[in-house]
Amino acid sequence: MEPVFALLTGIFLAIAIYLLMSKFIIRMLIGVAILGNAVNLLIFTSGRIMRGVPPVIGPGLDVPAGPVANPLPQALILTAIVISFSFFAFLLVLSWRAYSTLGTDNTDEMRVAEPDDAALPPLGY
Amino acid sequence: MAAVSSPSADLSAALVLKPVDALDWLVILPVAWCIGIGAILMMVRHRTFLQPLIAIAALGVLVGLDAALLWHVSQNGPVTMVMGRWLPPFGIAFTVDLTGALFALMAAVVALAGAVAAVTDINGSGRRYGFYPLLMLLMAGVSGAFLTGDVFNLYVWFEVLLISSFGLLVLGSEREQIDGAVKYGFLNLVATTLFLIATGYLYGIFGTLNMADIAAKAVEVRGTAPLTTLIALFVFAFAMKAAAFPVNFWLPASYHTPRIVVSALFAGLLTKVGIYALIRVSVMLFPLERQELSLVIALAGALTMITGALGALAQTDTRRLLGYLVISGIGSMLAGIAVGGSGGIGGTVFYALHSMVVMTALYLAAGLAARLSGGFSLSSLRGLYTRHALFSALSLMLFFAVAGLPPFSGFWPKVMLVKSALDTGAWWLAGALLLAGFLTMIATGRLFLLAYWRPAGAAAPSGEVALPATLLLPLIALTAVSVLIGLFPEMLLGLVQKAALTLNEPSRYLHSVFPAGSAP
Repeated sequence: MEPVFALLTGIFLAIAIYLLMSKFIIRMLIGVAILGNAVNLLIFTSGRIMRGVPPVIGPGLDVPAGPVANPLPQALILTAIVISFSFFAFLLVLSWRAYSTLGTDNTDEMRVAEPDDAALPPLGY
Repeated sequence: MAAVSSPSADLSAALVLKPVDALDWLVILPVAWCIGIGAILMMVRHRTFLQPLIAIAALGVLVGLDAALLWHVSQNGPVTMVMGRWLPPFGIAFTVDLTGALFALMAAVVALAGAVAAVTDINGSGRRYGFYPLLMLLMAGVSGAFLTGDVFNLYVWFEVLLISSFGLLVLGSEREQIDGAVKYGFLNLVATTLFLIATGYLYGIFGTLNMADIAAKAVEVRGTAPLTTLIALFVFAFAMKAAAFPVNFWLPASYHTPRIVVSALFAGLLTKVGIYALIRVSVMLFPLERQELSLVIALAGALTMITGALGALAQTDTRRLLGYLVISGIGSMLAGIAVGGSGGIGGTVFYALHSMVVMTALYLAAGLAARLSGGFSLSSLRGLYTRHALFSALSLMLFFAVAGLPPFSGFWPKVMLVKSALDTGAWWLAGALLLAGFLTMIATGRLFLLAYWRPAGAAAPSGEVALPATLLLPLIALTAVSVLIGLFPEMLLGLVQKAALTLNEPSRYLHSVFPAGSAP
């Protein structure tokens, strides 16, 4: 099972990196979303995949009866999903704002903060 | 609960049953305090008059809490508190050693200065959009990152401070800010995602995320697991957060766009969190792997400081100039991490503390200079000395401090770093440190010459101009901290050497998480 997941993570990562290298914000945004999912899959795989029952302890017991799935990667992923989703939402709004304010979603043309034709610094008194 | 477990269950196998020492609450209090006050400030968001009062008082208390924590840690060694009383490594641990306490205290001091300066600098709409709540939440993230003892928890605090910094960065929504925020946002998000990838692999290898547990288990795993690759990933992610060459170009693209107080806080706090995480992971958890990577880190550090200083020389805008000086300082800290040992790590910690104070003060000074003489452009800034002699003197002290000239705070860490680089035979690294200091001196000297010393034009009004006390006071206070550190370095030197000792020899850190008898 792991090789399949590893391959899937690799494909996700490759797509994410390809999209992040684009100069259009909207593609970079999709890249960020896919990158988040790639990382979630990675954590899930690194927590060892096994066919186990949910880690629920039955009534009257102190420890689970048989082998159970590892709940920790799922807790980690849940945290990561919440965080990456909120970031995605923020970046989405920011990109929309950037598009409507700057009139472009091409990062090559977004040079308000670092103007191309900046004057030389003063060279003397 | 209906399903009560059998009474024979021995809870001491799973839980810490000993009541928590009252002083140990100090470990978690800075973070809880910041989040709580942030929430309260969010509720009174529209009372713009109340906001600074509450925030300044709260940050004053935070400085007190962190000072008490530092005192506690320096007396009793590292302190651990586990959430939910689970035995380590199962609960999320907050572990504080001297390094974390020192960083947290300095961050609180810087934030307090920033909050006072913001009274004048952040106007009504900035306050309504939540400057102060975001500042408190930023401090929660920063303090959490400095105080936590768990790698995944560190990631969460990184995200907390990142989302607060996004909010602060776009405060005001000007064209420049949105442009800067796009670059800052995407690149920092990629950096934290890289950190998360590395954390995933770390969990895959160790099956634990508790730092002390990892440090203890690294000895067994070493040789069978690709630890050097893992550490390279961590170093790359943290170097990106700390703005090290060649992944630093988001910093000069964005740090000059927000309000000047926000820039000052970012310059003081955010990159240092990256450096702190780098120290924690590479020095304490994986010292051998750090040695293997030391040449790479040293090269990156040397290039960072030289390109930073050269970039500062080429700038017209004072804020962008200072952004490059932030980068240059990061290079010096990386050099210390690469060299290692008590001198190198101690020098890095010392340099980071000095840089927090001085970079914040420099940005505040740039804001004041703009207030005195219209704008941030070096071609329009002139004659500041005749406008305000005291302010010029303060600025000159800060310029000397950032260039590492005695008797200011930049001198001692630089001495430690150069000496330890020479001791390990890395003469080229020592040379790069000195060259970067020299170039920084030229860059700041040029700034002083053009903006302060150059006579104002005939058209400009002459005579002293009054400055608002809320802007001048934080500058005076931060400069005083820098001068005091420079004149009386013994206490801080002793503390950072002890901090470096704990980092290089983490047995006391481990002992605080796993007291005798409950070995991991």
